[in-house]
Amino acid sequence: MKDGTADARPDGTALAARLAAQAAPVAVGLLVLLLWEGLVRALAVPPWILPGPVAIGTALVADWPLLGPSLLVTLRIALLSLLISAAAGAGLALLFAQSRWLERALFPYAVVLQVTPVVAIAPLILIWTDDVTASLLICATIVAFFPILANTATGLRSADRNLEDLFRLYGATRRQSLLLLRVPAALPWFLAGLRVAGGLALIGAVVAEFVAGAGGAGSGLAFRILEASFQLRIPRMFAALALISASGIAIFAALGLLQRLLLRRWHESELRRER
Amino acid sequence: MDGPAPGMRHAGTDGVGSGGAGSGGAGSGGTRPEAAAPGPGQPAASPPAAIPGGVQPDDALLVLSGVGRRFPGGTRALSDIDLTVRRGEFLSLLGPSGCGKSTLLRLLAGLDRPSEGTLRRDAALAAGGMGFVFQEPTLMPWATALGNVRLPLRLAGIGRREGEARAAAALEAVGLGGFQRALPRELSGGMRMRVSIARALVTRPALLLMDEPFAALDEITRHRLNDDLLALWSETGVTVVFVTHSVFESVFLSTRILVMAAHPGRIVAELRPPPPPRPPGFRTSPGYAAHCAEAMAALERAMALPRMVLSRAAPPA
Repeated sequence: MKDGTADARPDGTALAARLAAQAAPVAVGLLVLLLWEGLVRALAVPPWILPGPVAIGTALVADWPLLGPSLLVTLRIALLSLLISAAAGAGLALLFAQSRWLERALFPYAVVLQVTPVVAIAPLILIWTDDVTASLLICATIVAFFPILANTATGLRSADRNLEDLFRLYGATRRQSLLLLRVPAALPWFLAGLRVAGGLALIGAVVAEFVAGAGGAGSGLAFRILEASFQLRIPRMFAALALISASGIAIFAALGLLQRLLLRRWHESELRRER
Repeated sequence: MDGPAPGMRHAGTDGVGSGGAGSGGAGSGGTRPEAAAPGPGQPAASPPAAIPGGVQPDDALLVLSGVGRRFPGGTRALSDIDLTVRRGEFLSLLGPSGCGKSTLLRLLAGLDRPSEGTLRRDAALAAGGMGFVFQEPTLMPWATALGNVRLPLRLAGIGRREGEARAAAALEAVGLGGFQRALPRELSGGMRMRVSIARALVTRPALLLMDEPFAALDEITRHRLNDDLLALWSETGVTVVFVTHSVFESVFLSTRILVMAAHPGRIVAELRPPPPPRPPGFRTSPGYAAHCAEAMAALERAMALPRMVLSRAAPPA
């Protein structure tokens, strides 16, 4: 605002540049779809091998009564597990911040949980839990919570050393330096973890549902994909897949927006270059 | 070379003894009036007697004797430091990088402990009695200028209303009255440093410790901040210990300069520039130049000293 060097370019050019930046991925997507449809038609690929975008779009509309509710089921599990992950990951990280010992003792097990493929644990969880929804939630949470935990734990340790000294100089209590210094310093880290976890929660929800293979009215998109593949309704399979991708993008974008809203005034990652 | 450290110290004291002539003026720096005799802790008549330690006990905020600091790796950052910080003075620690001046400042602040020797601290320096200004502004990037300045009060459990009023007054005192709501990112380097100084002064401390606070600023900003710092010093009567590697800055600001040498960090000379206030034009006056030359010579002697393997070098010739 004070020095005009950054905005030396006329506003029109800047706006055009920004629009171009936003339009580029859309253009690429449209181009790929066009090419896809063209190839499918030109080579006369049968729809049970590879349906074109038009066939997929048609299936999406026609099968919406089936796919719509499933989308809600999958989204619900993904978002709930993301919430639980955020609470559990941040909570555990805060606990770790209280005692280095606790962190040393527990962190390896968090890693074990992270590196064990959820596909391998899901059957066990399904056996131990009566409720399918609950077991799906557990699976998705196991996948999603680790980046939040790891990021938040690092963030809580990464406050400015001089600021920590300053707090010490003024005789701050542990609680004060946690709430006034370490938690705000960890917020960008937490949000970055949350953004990664958003995608993972969706993946966890879908994978767990594949393993569970639960059918019926309350089944999610993963089951619709399985079901469609058994029935060789390949366009519907692709339609469900497209819905999962779209959900993933939506979650990612929503969390990005949250990040921007919370950090835009002070954190480097969200600041526009001014000077 | 010139001889061992103790000899240097006397030489330095003698050399600038003339500066003590105006020592009556040091009283304007806000020293306690009850201190006896002519100039508080600064016997004007006999400069060589002004050895650290030779002062009235109630005059001393901090007394270090034989203090050393050895880092876990075995490095001797400081050795055999005898130092008394007297109420109301503006004391600069001048030395090349690596001479342990920042380590010494951290010891004074209580952020670090000496591995040898004793450090006595006046009761006035309990929590809130000391302000610290780092090399970097060290502000919380998520908090406004007002929030940053209020922090020490908040940590002391002072309520929001009073805290904000006092923080606003402190911001006003450093010339940032209109910037209460600004975030650190929105301020220039010099303004951020002003916020940092306001934060250090908001508890009305008895002692202000500053660790090369203006080293990263341009010369114009630094000159303005030097002027303003001296004004704050004489208005508030706060005692200042100021770490710097700038000869000019130390002479301009200080009532007393301790020159340090490295390997290990030790005090090798003491200088007494004429005490502030600094009239306009002081920076270009011959007197200032002469004192700078003197300080420069002391610093060069300090840097030419051989590394000391033992804590004490060979006896004087």
